[in-house]
Amino acid sequence: MAAVDEHLSRGGRAPLIRFEAVSKRFGVVAAVETLTLDIGEGEFFALLGPSGCGKTTLLRMIAGFETPGEGRIFLGGEDIVPVPPHRRPVNMMFQSYALFPHLTVEGNIAFGLRQENVGREEIAMRVAEMLGLVRLQGLGGRKIHQLSGGQRQRVALARSLIKRPRVLLLDEPLAALDKKLRAETQFELMELQRKLGTTFVIVTHDQEEAMIVADRIAVMNQGRLMQVATPTEIYEQPNSRWVADFIGEVTIIEGRAAGPGTIASALGPLAVADRDTGAGKTMWLALRPEKVSMSAERPAGATNTIAGTVSEIGYRGEMSAYKVRLADGSLMKVSIANVNARGRAPYAEGDAVWLSWPPDAGILLVS
Amino acid sequence: MKRGPSPFNLVSVALGFAFLYLPIVILVIYSFNASRLVTVWGGWSLVWYRELLNDEAILSAAWITIRVAVLSASAATVLGTLAAVSLTRMGRFRGRLLFSGMVYAPLVMPEVITGLSLLLLFVALNVDRGFWTVVIAHTTLTTCFVTVIVQSRLIGFDRSLEEAAMDLGCPPLKTFMTITLPLIAPAIAAGWMLAFSLSLDDLVIASFTTGPGATTLPIRIYSEVRLGVKPEINAICTIMIAVVALVTVVSSLITRRDASQQKQAALGAQV
Amino acid sequence: MQGHQQTRGWGGRLVILLPYLWLAVFFLAPFVIVLKISLSQSVLAQPPYAPVLDLAAGWPGLTAFVAQLSLDSFRLLASDSLYLLSYLKSLQVAAISTAILFLLGYPIAYGMARAPKAWQPMLVMAVVLPFWTSFLIRIYAWINILQRDGLLNDVLIRLHIIDTPAAWLSSDTAIYIGIVYSYLPFMVLPLYASLERMDESLLEAASDLGCPAWKAFWLITFPLSLPGVAAGALLSFIPIVGEFVIPDLLGGSESQMIGQTLWIEFFSNRDWPVASAIAIALLGLLLVPILFYERLQQRSLEGART
Repeated sequence: MAAVDEHLSRGGRAPLIRFEAVSKRFGVVAAVETLTLDIGEGEFFALLGPSGCGKTTLLRMIAGFETPGEGRIFLGGEDIVPVPPHRRPVNMMFQSYALFPHLTVEGNIAFGLRQENVGREEIAMRVAEMLGLVRLQGLGGRKIHQLSGGQRQRVALARSLIKRPRVLLLDEPLAALDKKLRAETQFELMELQRKLGTTFVIVTHDQEEAMIVADRIAVMNQGRLMQVATPTEIYEQPNSRWVADFIGEVTIIEGRAAGPGTIASALGPLAVADRDTGAGKTMWLALRPEKVSMSAERPAGATNTIAGTVSEIGYRGEMSAYKVRLADGSLMKVSIANVNARGRAPYAEGDAVWLSWPPDAGILLVS
Repeated sequence: MKRGPSPFNLVSVALGFAFLYLPIVILVIYSFNASRLVTVWGGWSLVWYRELLNDEAILSAAWITIRVAVLSASAATVLGTLAAVSLTRMGRFRGRLLFSGMVYAPLVMPEVITGLSLLLLFVALNVDRGFWTVVIAHTTLTTCFVTVIVQSRLIGFDRSLEEAAMDLGCPPLKTFMTITLPLIAPAIAAGWMLAFSLSLDDLVIASFTTGPGATTLPIRIYSEVRLGVKPEINAICTIMIAVVALVTVVSSLITRRDASQQKQAALGAQV
Repeated sequence: MQGHQQTRGWGGRLVILLPYLWLAVFFLAPFVIVLKISLSQSVLAQPPYAPVLDLAAGWPGLTAFVAQLSLDSFRLLASDSLYLLSYLKSLQVAAISTAILFLLGYPIAYGMARAPKAWQPMLVMAVVLPFWTSFLIRIYAWINILQRDGLLNDVLIRLHIIDTPAAWLSSDTAIYIGIVYSYLPFMVLPLYASLERMDESLLEAASDLGCPAWKAFWLITFPLSLPGVAAGALLSFIPIVGEFVIPDLLGGSESQMIGQTLWIEFFSNRDWPVASAIAIALLGLLLVPILFYERLQQRSLEGART
């Protein structure tokens, strides 16, 4: 229960959803393996991972479309495994939107309320409210096939929110939108979540999206949780080489602990921030490209300085990504912001350069 | 395929359709022939249609056939739809392999075998053969066709639509009624019409399973045709072709509207 | 994705049970009865076979019943060359017709698949339409054309190709014409479905890699259409083997197909055991192609789910 305590100490909020040693197999393939996870009330929680990692299965278990092979799932303290999908107080926004093609926009949005004998007037009122919330006023009478992709996405959102679910599940909700619209919608989703205070659980394979929208991210691989933490922690303090490598760009240097604050590597001794490295243990130093500085001359007074040759340059507009060949033949990734308006890249392929970084720039990993 | 048809493609399609339609066109034209001799064109006339109206035997056979077809097609539509739902929505169940075997086998089973086996069943059960045994036999035969049509629609159906309905609080049976059924309705209608026309068409199975007082139109036509070509038969055939053509055109208009809506939906998704 | 694994309620069970029971009683059980009667003897009674199982007689009745079963009908099938020749004739007609259907149907299906997309629904409907009109009517239409004073002879004489009317009807030629005509949609539709589904970028990729169009057809299009070929061939071959109406109306009397033999044994000779034995032997003959067809159907309809 370490995760729970950690979480409670941070926000003080009680967990709304709890997975307790949940496993699920499809034939011989394990989609989810003895997984334990808490999601807090009012959180915007992201499940992130490569395709086939089990994140969608986890989401569908909350909705009730998959039953765990083992383990229990609690919602607000109640075991919901035996509850069929239509009796669960959670709603889902589907990746395909799953809008009913034979109903109008209003018919789709009102569908959930119609299942509960809500009065006609209240339905009309709440549908109008929802149309306003997702900015689709005046489109209530349209058929689904008369809407654009972005409009459909908002109908799906309104439909899944109208019952005021305790949890809103979002399965790759923005995957079908183009890049610009996706970026706008991400901010709209965050605003909406703050306004409603509903717990949102989003499944995505887009790490940038997860980092932008979520309070906490669960990084999954092969049915297991690799790390559950805030976006900053996931990026700045990954707990393993796998997470460090999966999120963003990184250079990983293998080394061996050699006294306090030092590890020995193929590139020589490197200064690290951690003091108690434990002698002789194999460790890995993960370096984010933007934390390494590059200069033509050897920088005076820097702790970790290494010589290299520029091997590749990738121009990305706001910054350039360099790969620098080091003395032992390995490559280090370095990114430099292009602050200079019409400047050419300051370095060319083949240039001899010096790289340096402060001891606390690297992340020391033991697994 | 995007590349246009070559002359060879055009000729083969044209010849193919000529082969399919020429005999029917000839049959229709000769039903309006005033002469009794097929080779002699005696001018346009409705004489054989008038003759038909006075032929009690043909008319009563036609009436029986239509009743059999409506009843068996309706029963087959219910059973076939249930079978399709079982095969696509019920996951695994005991005896599923045998079930799907029984569903697909009648599609290719020679009619003489199906007919004979059904007759022997009725004899073994000591059931008097007649109208109802033909209805049962045709239901058995056409259920499988309905199943295949509905099943292919259910497979092409976005499963998350049903999940969305349940997610919004709709119980499974109501989900089937309010979401699944309206969306597969065109396939069910097409299945009914196919079952109807198969029943209308069947000679062999009806011959085995019928009894006194339940002579269907194909049985009647068959016994007439064995004696040679008669212009009245051309007339009744023409009427049957007209009915079937009308039904087919109407149903294809329904499904095309359905398809064009889906197409619009697909285009809309790209906007 | 796996299906739902909720426990099935009574409603769910009924959905499966209703069609299941119907098919079990009216499709499967009759075969057991056919098998039983094929092992019985023909008698002049109602029903015209013996022994009749008397369940009221209990165990002695059952043993007496089993003791009276015999293989006489099957022995007759094996000894009289009439039956063997019927089977052979049926297989021959079915094989040759299927080959002709394939040769005629492939160019038609291919042309349809290459036609502009907007025409294709119309073309499919045009192929299906004759299939929806009565089988019997279509055979009858050919009697109109093929009979001695029919249209074909009329045209041929006017064109001075022949001098005296030829006997087209009551011949194997007429059987082949009737079968090919009736079964053409069964061949064309599966072929069209497999050709239409094909990704055109495959052919573009082939030509991009230097493959000429005719070669691309043999290396790409044809192999990928093989499931359609198999479906079309089985959908034609199996029913043609048991065909009755076409050979009866268009064929001659010198040799019979097995469907006709069965019909005559049953309706004219009233020998139900022999008719049943013919049906069982026919079923045995078609068992392999039927099972093959079932696998094909299962794969195309149910394989799509996983």
